[in-house]
Amino acid sequence: MRKILFKSLVGRPLTEPAPLANDPEVAALARTLDSAARARLGRGLSIREIDPGSCNGCELEIHALGNAFYDLERLGLRFVASPRHADVLLVTGPVTKNMREALLRTYTATPAPKWVVAVGSCALDGGIFAGGYACAGGVSAVIPVDLHIPGCPPEPLALLKGLLSLMTDGGA
Amino acid sequence: MPTLAELTAMGRRAEQHRPCPRIAVDDDLWQRLAARLADGRGTLLGLWGDAAAVHMAILDEDQKYMAVVTLACPDGRFPSVGRLHPPAIRLERAIRDLFGLDPVGLPEPRPWLDHGRWDLRHPLARTPSPRGDQQPYAFLPADGESLHQIAVGPVHAGIIEPGHFRFTANGETVVRLEERLGYTHKGIESLMTGASIDAAARLASRTSGDSTVAYAYAFARAVEAALAIEIPARAIWLRALMAELERLANHFGDIGAICNDAGFALMLAHCGVLREPVLRTARGCFGHRLMMDCIVPGGVAIDLSSQGFEQIRELVRMIGHAFPPLVELYDNTASLQDRTVGTGLARPALIKQYGCGGPIGRASARAFDARVQLSYPPYEALLFNYDVPVLADGDVNARLWIRIREVEQSLALVEQILARMPVQGAIRVPVAGTGKACEGLALVEGFRGDVLAWVRLDAKAQIERCHLRDPSWFQWPVLEAAIENNIVADFPLCNKSFNCSYSGHDL
Repeated sequence: MRKILFKSLVGRPLTEPAPLANDPEVAALARTLDSAARARLGRGLSIREIDPGSCNGCELEIHALGNAFYDLERLGLRFVASPRHADVLLVTGPVTKNMREALLRTYTATPAPKWVVAVGSCALDGGIFAGGYACAGGVSAVIPVDLHIPGCPPEPLALLKGLLSLMTDGGA
Repeated sequence: MPTLAELTAMGRRAEQHRPCPRIAVDDDLWQRLAARLADGRGTLLGLWGDAAAVHMAILDEDQKYMAVVTLACPDGRFPSVGRLHPPAIRLERAIRDLFGLDPVGLPEPRPWLDHGRWDLRHPLARTPSPRGDQQPYAFLPADGESLHQIAVGPVHAGIIEPGHFRFTANGETVVRLEERLGYTHKGIESLMTGASIDAAARLASRTSGDSTVAYAYAFARAVEAALAIEIPARAIWLRALMAELERLANHFGDIGAICNDAGFALMLAHCGVLREPVLRTARGCFGHRLMMDCIVPGGVAIDLSSQGFEQIRELVRMIGHAFPPLVELYDNTASLQDRTVGTGLARPALIKQYGCGGPIGRASARAFDARVQLSYPPYEALLFNYDVPVLADGDVNARLWIRIREVEQSLALVEQILARMPVQGAIRVPVAGTGKACEGLALVEGFRGDVLAWVRLDAKAQIERCHLRDPSWFQWPVLEAAIENNIVADFPLCNKSFNCSYSGHDL
């Protein structure tokens, strides 16, 4: 273990530069948000991830945000265990009817002010799972959505840009 | 005593089912086969419903004999297999929920996937019924002094899929765990019915995102078997390459996460540093980090460039250099092994009974790996650098070591694939109907175990019925047994060492 720790200590960090606030994609996403939201969120976000029926692809990429290359905590973003500690609900999946109530309860348990970020193609409108008997058809069919990050699944950088847009004025 | 093959020979063989036979049986033969499974003379690979029939896929591991047997149920009933062979119980509950077919004698009246939230009952039956009142779900009782219950989920405290766990504990010791799943049921099989092959392939790829390659692989092979299509040689090798990259990425994720659940975050960080380059290489070579929709019926959707070829070579070199010190780190950290050794014991007898696949089976002495035992191409041509890694301890430690050995094996396989793959050539052939209805079955080894895909296509090659069976169906029940007598605090560790899929199971 000593060898590994020492190597990490003297080696260069693997963490890559974060997308800047003036990144056009970040700015574009930020413009979709209401300015009051950005003013309140400031420089730190507590995020509660909730999966009401994704295929788990989005979860894999959300997990990747924690690895040494993206290291989202350096940006003031952190995942919390309870919705009661969260500013942001990060929601994946088409929202199955079997999860609808759980999502609604999680939303209700999150104190205001709160923002909902829908992640992935099926969180937008159910995606390829829309139209069946088992899905509600997207996050906004159940709770109000503030921001949507597209992709199937969105790559970590796209997720990072989306989350950063919550904390930037986007030049608006 | 007759073997499974001899028993099924008494039934009527269906035409146009490939590669293994599908055999129509009567009530009596169905029950004799169920009894044979219960005696441990065969493995249940899957059990699924149809409009007025039930199908059961069975495997005789010794004889390498695989078959699907079908029992018509014109009056909506069939003799329960779960009555004799418990691994079938949840599958039969799902059949009852989705098709309204009644497994006669099933010792479990509760629904499984139907939580009473859909607008209709029996959504896959010929005529679904309107929603009726549903009884509240009663968890199994546990009697004894000083017992208390802990209810967890469906929303968990991490970035995890939803499911409910009901623990009954005596102090810190778990005396019973009961799982309740079905929360992520998206109705995939219903969406597939009537879909084109392309649309169904996209759904199959999103059955369990972490196994997207394995699902696309299994689905494509089932369709190709049904239509008797031969795919180009280069595509065969590219598929295996993607499958091994997926296995590597997931095993790194699991090895790191298991150690992290024992409080050893260093391993998670270093395994993350190995997982990410695998995904980036996949992105560079195939255009998608998880390689979603890269395997398609008829071949693969994207070719590997010579630059990509070198990237994968470099990746294997890098991992080959960086991984051994991490293995040594695990091997030399006694405080970590103190948590993993002897924890979450999955007994070999139970593993064999349930036909548990993947690292979970192989950590409990079940030496089954679809790549080897069923040796589909190109694996029949590849030389595994040693036998399938198998241990008999059945604890968290064994499941972790199997994953370590499989990482080493996958690296060797990737090298062999790169060395032996045809340098160029077609990667895809058109997929078209044959003018006849046809059926196909495929079993593909994903990182979690064997994924089963079964399709029936109509004359125009539209999907009439498709069933996908995740390996988790036979692993989740064993987790309930493995946690018994462990402390509540070790549940995350045990659960992670199983890493069953919720989405793949719930469909």
